[in-house]
Parts: sequence; C-alpha cells; structure tokens
Amino acid sequence: MKSSYVSFTLNGEEKELLIEPGRRLVDVLREQCGATGTKNGCGQGSCGACTVHIDGVAMLSCLLPAELVDGSEIVTIEGVVRNRVLHVLQEAFLAQAATQCGFCTAGMIMAAKALLDCDPSPSRQAVIEALSGNVCRCTGYEPIIAAVLAAAATLAKRPAAAAAA
Amino acid sequence: MARILEDVFTAERAGSFQAIGRALPRIDAHSHVTGATRYYADRIFPNLLHAVMARSEHHHALIRHVDLSAAQAVKGVARILTHKDVPNNWYTILKLIGLGPDEEPVLAEDRVLYRGEPIVAILADTEAAAREAAAKVKVEYEELPAVLDVETAILPGTPAIKPHGSNVFVYEGRDHFHVHCGDTEAAFREADHIFEHSYQSSPIEHAPVETTGAIAVPEPGGRYTLHSNTQAAFFTLDNAALILGLPFRQLRVVGGTVGGGFGGKVDVIVEPIAVLGAMLTGRPVKYSFSRGEEMQVSSPRAAERIRIKDGVAADGRIIARDVRILVDAGAYSRHSPYGTIKAAAHMPGPYTVPNVTINAWCVYTNRTPSSAMRGFGVTIGDFALEVQMDRIARELGRDPFELRLQNAYRDGDLKAHRKTVEGAALVEVIQAAAERIGHPLSPECRAMSSCQRT
Ligand code: FES
Ligand code: FES
Repeated sequence: MKSSYVSFTLNGEEKELLIEPGRRLVDVLREQCGATGTKNGCGQGSCGACTVHIDGVAMLSCLLPAELVDGSEIVTIEGVVRNRVLHVLQEAFLAQAATQCGFCTAGMIMAAKALLDCDPSPSRQAVIEALSGNVCRCTGYEPIIAAVLAAAATLAKRPAAAAAA
Repeated sequence: MARILEDVFTAERAGSFQAIGRALPRIDAHSHVTGATRYYADRIFPNLLHAVMARSEHHHALIRHVDLSAAQAVKGVARILTHKDVPNNWYTILKLIGLGPDEEPVLAEDRVLYRGEPIVAILADTEAAAREAAAKVKVEYEELPAVLDVETAILPGTPAIKPHGSNVFVYEGRDHFHVHCGDTEAAFREADHIFEHSYQSSPIEHAPVETTGAIAVPEPGGRYTLHSNTQAAFFTLDNAALILGLPFRQLRVVGGTVGGGFGGKVDVIVEPIAVLGAMLTGRPVKYSFSRGEEMQVSSPRAAERIRIKDGVAADGRIIARDVRILVDAGAYSRHSPYGTIKAAAHMPGPYTVPNVTINAWCVYTNRTPSSAMRGFGVTIGDFALEVQMDRIARELGRDPFELRLQNAYRDGDLKAHRKTVEGAALVEVIQAAAERIGHPLSPECRAMSSCQRT
C-alpha cells in the first residue's frame, strides 16, 4: 500500500500531509505536526490521554487511522488557548489543582471541553460520564470533576465567554 | 485549608514556614493545562530507531537456542542486540549503595527466570516493524519447574532458582534480616493475651498514564544524551554507564518530567538498551514500554506475607511483638533487598513495645521482579499492623484510638533497632483525627503528648 495525501485543519490551520497507510492520528499529530500536547498513554483506547476533537466530537486519536480524518476540522490542546488567553477550563484546572503529573490533562480538558461545548451547565453525573474514558492516576479525579463544574459555573456567569470559547 | 497545630513542634516551626499551610501552584501546572510541557517522548528526532524486546514465554526455562533469521528478514530491522552486545551484562541496581552481587542480566543469557524477561532487543525503523520482528524471534526453551510462591520458595528441598544456590537474598551471611530487642519469648509467657494473625498482599502495579521509556541520542565527541522519564536521573546515569562501560561524563540525562511515577520509574531498565542501541547504530533509539509491557514487566510493589504475634497485658499494653515478613522480590533483586530492610526496621510500627523479634526474608520467585513503590517495605506492613491493632482493640473491648495512644511511641523512646525516637507525632495525629471526626477521647488521652510521658 502506498502513502496518500490527507488534508485537514489543525487548530484552524490548513494541513496537507503525506501519510503512510494505517498511521495513527496521534502519531501524525505528534510527529508530523509537532502537536505533542496530545499524549499517547496506551495506544489501545483505554486511557483517554490522546483525546482530540474531530469536527467538534471528542475522539481517541490513538484508534483513528489518519486517512479517515481527511477533510475534518481537528482541535487539540494547543488550539484551546485563544489569543494567549486560557480557556475557562484551563483556568479552573489551575485553580482546583486538577493537574499533577499532567500526562492525562490534555485529554481530560479535551473531553471536558467537548461536554461543555454542547452542555454548558452539566450535572456532576454528566461530568463523571463525560470523563469516564479518561484515566488519571495522580489526582483521584475529584479535583478534575470540581474543575469542570467550576468552569461550567464561570461560563454560566459569562455567557459571552461561552460563545467565544 | 487544614488547620496547623501551632502549639506543637515549635522547634521545627521556628516561625518561618514558607510553604506549609499555604496553597501554592505547581510551577509546571500552566504548561500542563496548555499541553506545552515536554515529556521525554515529546522530543521528536528524525531517523529514530525503535527498540522492542523479544521476551520469555516461560516463568523459568533454559534457553537452548535463539534463531534470529526470520526477525532479521523483517523490512526495517536495523540491528538486533543480544547479551553478547552488552559490555557488562550482569548488574544489580543497588550496587551504587553497596548491595551486591550483580545478579540480573540486561539481556538473558542461558536461562530466563520470569515470564516477560527480555532476551533480545530488535531495533527497527518503525515500532510496527520492531514488534513484528520481535514476534519472529524463535527461542527454543527447556522448561524448568517454576517457584511462584514465597512460602514454597524457602522450604528446604525447593529447587534454588538463583545461581548462588538459594531463593533468598543473603544479608551479611544470614539468610534473612533480623532485628530484636528484649526477650520476646519470656514476655509472651507473661502476657495475658496472645494475638496471632497473618496478612498478605498481592503485587501492585503503578500503572502510570505515561509508560516507562527513554530516547538515547548520539552526540558529537562520543557522548550520548538520554531523554528519560526516570524518577532517578543520577541513579540512571550511573547504572547505565556501569552497564555500558562508559565513563560517567559521556552520558547526559535529561529528565525530571515524569508522567506518573509512584516509584515505578526508579529501576534502570530501558535506558541501557536505548544507549547501547545508539552506540552501535549511531542513530537515536527509543525504547518505550507498551501498555501491556508496563502491566506485565514493569516492576510492581512486592507482594508480602506478614505474620504478627502479639503478647498483650490485661491493661492493653503490648509487651511483646514477633513479626515474620516474607517479601516477594520476584526473579531479581532490584530494590527489594533494601525494601526488606525497611520492612524489618519499620516494625513494630509507631508503637513502643519492649520485647520485639523481627525476621524478614527477601525471597526470590519466578515472578516479575518487584521494586519501589510509594513507601515500599512499609506500606503493607502498616496495613498489617493497623488491622492487627483494630483486632486487638475489638477483642479486648477497647477504643481503637485509645489503644493506639496507650502504645504510641514518644520522643526519647528506644526503637527495636535501638535508635532513639525523635520528632514523633503519632499522638498528636490521632488526637487531631479524633477531633475532626468527632470521636470522643478520655481526658488522659487528650492530655497526652509525643514530647513527654507523664
Ligand atoms: S492513548 Fe488513546 S486511549 Fe490511551
Ligand atoms: S495528573 Fe497524572 S495522570 Fe492525571
């Protein structure tokens, strides 16, 4: 099988890349695009560290052959900061000490952001379900859940920020 | 924010805490939430080779023959490393603190002692090619009986799996580590109650979200830069240099950013192979555990078997404690001989017991080598001790807080290993815990202090 060209936008930037057949999106993002904020924790769909947004949906980039994202809009953790301003989720992760070693953090934020993008004021149960595919071995999850709920509360007070995010 | 007891430990306090009692941000938190933190694998190198191990399929076997021809034929394979390529193949990680002998091979020679033990390392252009070739290494084994249980391992007549002829680490000529003070047997005869219980734990895997790994990069002048997620950069540098026969100055370790360690990234397993690969090919080499390898072959917390026998006076004083500890080191020492010393020295726990006997064995079995993990050597012992304390309290109809306070060690007491206790805090911690949960304590217990006995 031959390599083929695949085009997508990554954090708003157009990309056209020559991709070997079967190459995983996580490797293409990290090694061909330099977007190393997306982590490979297991390579088998069980930890969520590689979570990115494909056309607004949170997906595991370790399970996606990169050929399949042709024509998609991809957002990674690098695209969550806008104009050097942290997203409310990122601020909340800092304020709630929801990151320790940090290896799960990008995936957590991407999974949480996908939730808040469609449900800006989720219940605690909805947060837990949205993060259920993301493993964190450091924090014990409570600070992360608290951070997502705190971010939602901030968004509720600042509808303009929600629209901008 | 937790309240800090201002009235205790005034000497340590000296009025100048900078961080204790304050919530300070981690210095790396901002880069964590933006994805900017660079872990070792975030360093991308062109022309990188990937190392993947062919591993033992048996718990215990002789290696009769290794056929590399099919592996060599896989497209993209650049080189295959065997034990013959490793300058000093036999090592032991704690030789840096004077524990010996060298007893673990970097790559297996004529035998394997645990399932998953590395035999040869494939270096290939892609990870997929390296995995394919590793699966094509043909090893002919002669299976040997496996010793998988610590109690069996130390029975007379059980075959010795280690070349030194037994299944235990030898401490200065003794087959186990021993601590005693007082006369435990006499005290058992005087005791009003005897409590004897056994406890056991399983191996526990750290399961960091970032698996263990390293990238070795050749530099001009015969030097190598090692990007690693080790928790012990200098330990790694020294052990890797000794294994490779390199002067220490030729290795530079770049690390300190660890995606979860918990003690699991203290052994020196991936780095020597990565550097050796870089030395022999002149290319950068990455050796990273798959999730499956992290679960199977990264060293877990040792399983332990602990038997505690206590002699207790009618008033609740523990007057004798005899502890037998078996630590399952798995097939090789790693940090377990040291963990076993810690386990022995930790007994009889934070309690002052006048008559103590401790016997601790560091036992080899045909299991994955165990090693460091958060308080290793101590944590499982604490589990056993505190369950034992609760059992004693229950049997004697005593309040478990007060039984602990009655037996708690205080400053100036002598530990079983004859060190004088300093800076004890158990009394104050129990008092504070009782207060937090609204558990009533007697006036005498509330008045107790670690600093003085009244
Ligand atoms: S790396 Fe994709 S789920 Fe773990
Ligand atoms: S912060 Fe370490 S895994 Fe979540």
